[in-house]
Amino acid sequence: MDSPFISFRQVVKRFGSLTVVDHLDLDITRGEFIALLGPSGSGKTTLLMMLAGFEQATSGTIAVDGVRVDGLPPHKRNMGVVFQNYALFPHMSVRDNIAFPLKMRNAPKAEIATRVARVLDMVKLSAMAERKPAQLSGGQQQRVALARALVFEPQVVLMDEPLGALDKKLREQMQLDIRDLHRRLGLTIVFVTHDQDEALTMSDRIAVFNHGRIEQIGPPREIYELPRTPFVAEFIGETNLLSCKVDSHVGEAVHLTTESGLSLLAHAGTVPIDGGKVRVSIRPEAIRINDHAAATANRVAARILDAVYFGDHMRLVASVGEQRLIIKGDRMSEAAEVGREVALSFAASDVWVVGSCDQTSASA
Amino acid sequence: MRPDLSQRLKAALLLAPLLAFMLSFFVVPLVTMMKTAVSDPVATEALPRTARALSGWDRTGTPSASAQAAFADDIRALKNDEQFGDLVRRLNSAQSGFRSLLGKTRRALDGSGAVDLASIDPRWSETSYWTTIAEAVASPWTDKNLLAAVDLERNASGSIAAMPEGASANRLIMIRTFITSAMVTLACILIGLPYAMVAASVEGWRRQVLLGAVLLPLWTSLLVRTAAWYVVLQDNGLINATLKGLGLTSSPVPLMFNRLGVVIAMTHVLLPFMVLPIFSVLIAIPRNLMPAAASLGAHPLRAFFHVLLPLSMRGVVSGALLVFMAALGYYITPALIGGANDQMISSVIAYYATGAANWGMAGALGLVLLAMTILLYAIYMRLTVEEQRA
Amino acid sequence: MLSLRTSLTTASTRSDQARAPRHVSRTVLLAAAAMLGLAASAEARDLTVVSWGGNYQDAQRKIYFQPFAAKLGATVLDESWDGGYGVLQAKVKAGVPNWDAVQVEAEELELGCSDGIYEKIDWSKLGGKDGFIPAGVSDCGVGAIVWSTGMAFDGDKIKDGPKTWADFWDTKKFPGKRGLRKGAKYTLEFALMADGVPAADVYKVLKTKEGVERAFKKLDALKPDIVWWEAGAQPLQLLSSGQVAMTSVYNGRITAINRTEGKHFGFVFPGSIYAVDSWVVLKGSPNKDAAMNFIAFASQADNQAKLPEYIAYGLPNIAAAKLVPEKYAAELPTTPDNLKQAIALDVGFWTDNSEELSKRFNAWLAR
Repeated sequence: MDSPFISFRQVVKRFGSLTVVDHLDLDITRGEFIALLGPSGSGKTTLLMMLAGFEQATSGTIAVDGVRVDGLPPHKRNMGVVFQNYALFPHMSVRDNIAFPLKMRNAPKAEIATRVARVLDMVKLSAMAERKPAQLSGGQQQRVALARALVFEPQVVLMDEPLGALDKKLREQMQLDIRDLHRRLGLTIVFVTHDQDEALTMSDRIAVFNHGRIEQIGPPREIYELPRTPFVAEFIGETNLLSCKVDSHVGEAVHLTTESGLSLLAHAGTVPIDGGKVRVSIRPEAIRINDHAAATANRVAARILDAVYFGDHMRLVASVGEQRLIIKGDRMSEAAEVGREVALSFAASDVWVVGSCDQTSASA
Repeated sequence: MRPDLSQRLKAALLLAPLLAFMLSFFVVPLVTMMKTAVSDPVATEALPRTARALSGWDRTGTPSASAQAAFADDIRALKNDEQFGDLVRRLNSAQSGFRSLLGKTRRALDGSGAVDLASIDPRWSETSYWTTIAEAVASPWTDKNLLAAVDLERNASGSIAAMPEGASANRLIMIRTFITSAMVTLACILIGLPYAMVAASVEGWRRQVLLGAVLLPLWTSLLVRTAAWYVVLQDNGLINATLKGLGLTSSPVPLMFNRLGVVIAMTHVLLPFMVLPIFSVLIAIPRNLMPAAASLGAHPLRAFFHVLLPLSMRGVVSGALLVFMAALGYYITPALIGGANDQMISSVIAYYATGAANWGMAGALGLVLLAMTILLYAIYMRLTVEEQRA
Repeated sequence: MLSLRTSLTTASTRSDQARAPRHVSRTVLLAAAAMLGLAASAEARDLTVVSWGGNYQDAQRKIYFQPFAAKLGATVLDESWDGGYGVLQAKVKAGVPNWDAVQVEAEELELGCSDGIYEKIDWSKLGGKDGFIPAGVSDCGVGAIVWSTGMAFDGDKIKDGPKTWADFWDTKKFPGKRGLRKGAKYTLEFALMADGVPAADVYKVLKTKEGVERAFKKLDALKPDIVWWEAGAQPLQLLSSGQVAMTSVYNGRITAINRTEGKHFGFVFPGSIYAVDSWVVLKGSPNKDAAMNFIAFASQADNQAKLPEYIAYGLPNIAAAKLVPEKYAAELPTTPDNLKQAIALDVGFWTDNSEELSKRFNAWLAR
């Protein structure tokens, strides 16, 4: 990793007695697309607002390119911000909205005209330049907001749930567009979202927020496949979380017994296992049904309780004794029939230890 | 399409209360007011014989004996006291003296037979009284009131001319009414806009207190308000005492019984009509526009002038209209706080309506005021529409 | 405390907003009242008596309205108004008026009587016309009070007070502003007296064109120093605060404020103008007989004699005037000493000329 472009050091934000951001450290590299992901109230938006200058940190420092910015007013930070509801100026035309940051910087008229024309072209809105924001569709407004945040070539672009108000199809299109712009222009983007799919598909790295802290930070694949905590495992994608007793732990192989008495072979992962109890995550798509060919460590008999057709897959609920498991099954599978007895199999590397679930029993 | 028809009927039924209300409280009074301003049927109805007899009179000297007899017959035939009263008021309004003259004449004509009117009262030998009657019976319609409302009259030859100097000052008072209203509107904008911005920027009890404070004058009676203004504005009142205490002035600054006092007092009462529309526009402005402007590099002051101010203009415009229109109708406050030069046109209208019972003049003045207001409104709309296009 | 007679002027205590479109609402009132009149007439309404409000009406309620209701064994409603002939005319023209007995000023009595909007008075119920002073007798009305408009000053501030209207105009001898009621009536008379016209000749002069010019010319001289008032309570405020050195005022209010607030305001009876307020019954009143009986009751000598204890207005009933205790009598406009150099309002002059002179006065004021 390069030397950090943006760095948060021991940043704390309190509203009265409520701590929203709790001694947080975060480094962002130049040109990186980082997603701040978490449930509402987890502190991700507050962190973004502190970076933009709309909120003051209670303590700690924020630096951009080695220079502390936490004392600067927002209009001097030179950051493009795309707001949740776009925050377009309703009394100005599309062109005036986009020209606004350049006017505020007292750019020459001719330069304003050419630069506005360029970004209008970039976001494919040249034909709409004279319209008022209210005359545009949601997606078009979104693109105006984006153009306005980019036209003055800020050192970093901050986006606060920018796609939340769009419908699914448009959102996916915009996700691709933004990612494309990021690559072409080499922007540094800090992107706040509570939508895990958005975070997974768009970003270079994801920081998962919970209770004012970062639970885990890393590339999307790592976050998804190697969650370090039950919270991350559950928040990113769907998963089966099981509480188990550790029977033996040799190298990476861990022998477990679930609460319902099922014996499992698991992969130790990054979480230290001190004996006692742990929690493991098994992704629904890692479980195979009646795949006798596969040589897998875990094989159990189960019964299908529920089957829902999702188009590209079947979502099944199976019971293994008292334990329920969610399975993402083949849409063509004949096994996807309620009441049928099936054999489930999954690899040891798919049973991922995400944390010790009971500290007291672990230390006992 | 039957269901369509019944649905339309239902819709019409829902609208019926509104339409009935509009008709009886807006349309009918307006039409009535317009009509009273130009209709003048009293004399023609009360004096039919005189009307015929005087139609050919050349308006010099006195009318012929037969015309005078026709007049006497008309007066004798008037049995209805109220109709006689209307006639008296109509003629006396055109020329002072008719009230006593007609009363006297009617009593003298109680008996029958030919009577020499001039012997009842020497005024009957003056041309002017007969001219007034001839004019009154000439037509049931008149432009007299409308002309008088703008200080014009018809001279002896029947052409329109200005009233003699000092006879009437409606035009002056009308213009003054508009100037005072404009001053009050301006003062309300200067105070109300920042006030509304402060009220919209705070929350909770602070906002309630600010809005309550501005509404307070509306909830207090005129007498309490007037007493308060006296305490604050008079020569040895709060403001002057403070100024003197600070050594800023040695003699009291006149704050009452002049235009300044009127503008202060009217601004005090009308401020809520400015603050509330601006406030409602301001709180509807998305909260993130000002942060957005800041993030785009706008200094708070420039953000204010480029974003907040233009967006609050809609509120300022409707507030200004409300304040201006309401101010046009004020007259008690100017009467209490203002000086002799601060009378507003409504006090003249009120005088004609409740004091003199001259509905024609009241209607004509109201009509002129309405016409001028509509004209101003039209100019104003034209300007704002053009501004939007630009 | 200050509002003994709420208002003899057209100014009111109501808010401006409610009044602004009066010319419109009045016509509506006519139409609406005409419609409602049909329904109302079918239903009996309690006797409604209307007077001038304030402490004056409080006193009337105590000595007239409540005893009469007790005697009648029925409810007597009382309302107050601010004057204005148009108000009465509109009520009568609407068909069935919602007021019965109303106390009116002399000018409204005269106008309404000639317009025929009042019922004729049954003088037999009142013991004949001879029991009343001449100004309190009319075909349409019975005198209720005699009251004066004159000049007043604060005895605590001016020891040797003004004696004549010339003193009132003399701002060198008595520095300070002057309060006058905004209107032609009274103001023109005072101006003529200040210009040296003897009290007895005031109306003779005012009836001529030159007299009117003379009055306005005299007013021109004082105009910069005049503070105009409209509501009856205003001159007392002006005087109390020292905003004016002297002012015209209704006599009853001066005695009242001296009694209740310990002021030493002086009222100058010489050169004052007195007038009579009368009870009338609106034409078409459904309670015509009860209203007549009420007026008879309020005009009885022993009832009327109770009034000066509350308010210093003179009594049109000659016998009642004799019953008034000495200590109150001295302050009444009707006491011979006070009447000596006072003049009676010329009602006939003002009914004829009010409209023209008001227009002229407003135009003069506006410049």
